[in-house]
Amino acid sequence: MFEKYMIVEDDVQNIVENGQNTGFQFGARLPYYRGLGLSMVEEIIVTIDGEKIQQENVSLTVQDKNYTMAQMEIEPEARWEMGEIAHVQVRKKGGLTTGEHKLHLLLNLRVSYMPFPSIRQSEKVIKL
Amino acid sequence: MNNKIKRGVSLYSYQEEFFLRKMNLEECIAAAAKTGATGIEMIGEQSIVGFPKLTDAFVDQWFGWMDKYGTTPVCHDMFLDTKRFKNKIMTEDEQVESLVRDIKFANRLGFKVIRIIVSTSPEIMERAAPIAEEYNVKLGIEIHSPWHINSAWMTRHHEVMEKTGSKYLGFIPDMGMFTKRLAKVMTDRMIRQGADEKIVEFVCQQHEKAVMAEYIIAEVRQMSQRPIDNAVAELTRHNIYNNPNSLLPFMDKIFHIHAKFYDMQDDYTEYSIPYKEIIEVLKKGGFDGYLSSEYEGNRHIQDVFEVDSVEQVRRQQEMFKRLI
Repeated sequence: MFEKYMIVEDDVQNIVENGQNTGFQFGARLPYYRGLGLSMVEEIIVTIDGEKIQQENVSLTVQDKNYTMAQMEIEPEARWEMGEIAHVQVRKKGGLTTGEHKLHLLLNLRVSYMPFPSIRQSEKVIKL
Repeated sequence: MNNKIKRGVSLYSYQEEFFLRKMNLEECIAAAAKTGATGIEMIGEQSIVGFPKLTDAFVDQWFGWMDKYGTTPVCHDMFLDTKRFKNKIMTEDEQVESLVRDIKFANRLGFKVIRIIVSTSPEIMERAAPIAEEYNVKLGIEIHSPWHINSAWMTRHHEVMEKTGSKYLGFIPDMGMFTKRLAKVMTDRMIRQGADEKIVEFVCQQHEKAVMAEYIIAEVRQMSQRPIDNAVAELTRHNIYNNPNSLLPFMDKIFHIHAKFYDMQDDYTEYSIPYKEIIEVLKKGGFDGYLSSEYEGNRHIQDVFEVDSVEQVRRQQEMFKRLI
């Protein structure tokens, strides 16, 4: 459901701190028909060019506020709304080089009425 | 035939366009009204940014839209996030509190019915009934395939309705429980994902012959080890058929109906769900609530086709006009 729209491929940038590329970020939508409190987004797994990013290097910015995965786990009130473009930040030394990259995103949502995790994934070629 | 069935639209139907910001909330209401439907159903957590908070300005605008488009708020669909936190299930008190939040939300926007998510227990319903009465909002447990009205879970809910005698507890059946043949939009998608066409054909035939899901699943398991082929067989477990007459003994407890559909054809019939038969039963039973369009085909075609929810809902509403 909505997998096609999870990765917003024309919204990718390197993160620059003190003149250095320290990672990259991309636009992402929640692949679900309603919004969810952040504590119900159990996993955000990013794989770039085959390299799986460790959870501690992933964070999410929703409505201008940045949350680490550990902060999301205890945040039921702040919501990632239906169709809202949030930004996934990835810490990665040097960021991404100019050109094409293969980006894979897996979101694991804890939807209470489902007896199993809702795991949705998408892969797109992004261009920097 | 003279009857009291009313027509509504769940804004859930326009989820593709709403998700992609091609339609905003007002445009969804306008599209529903244009079909001639008068009832509006909404999932608060889908349509309202910042749910459950409501500003006075929004509430005024909401009722302004209802006047402008000649519509009535009918049903709010709630969720109960019992697994809000990892490894910690909500207590019963917290569940009631969450439901009360939805009752207040519905009351403020003029909804007279709440769709209660199927996983909600009869015990929570019993505790919430007096509060529902206080706010004049009825609570209808959704009967969603693979549940049907005689499932054990629904029987327990019915027992609580009888025990309390509350006029505020009832049912909201989803017409997906009358899937006479599997949706082609579902099986076509699975073929695009690599399912074996012969297995798809076999599963569809077996389902139409009303062979029990467990048998179909077991047979397919022997034909193929591929997860996608077995997922096709699993469709039969989640898309059940039973006789629409099964609703008749419970008609006085049916508050509202989810008119689920996946694929309205050019000839104003739904590919999977026999609305002609269903509406005959609703007329016979004297159903006087809203038949509320719930389009759910988008997720099965969005990978390759342009979704046109507005046209799909228009067709279903046209079918209702003819059948009611």
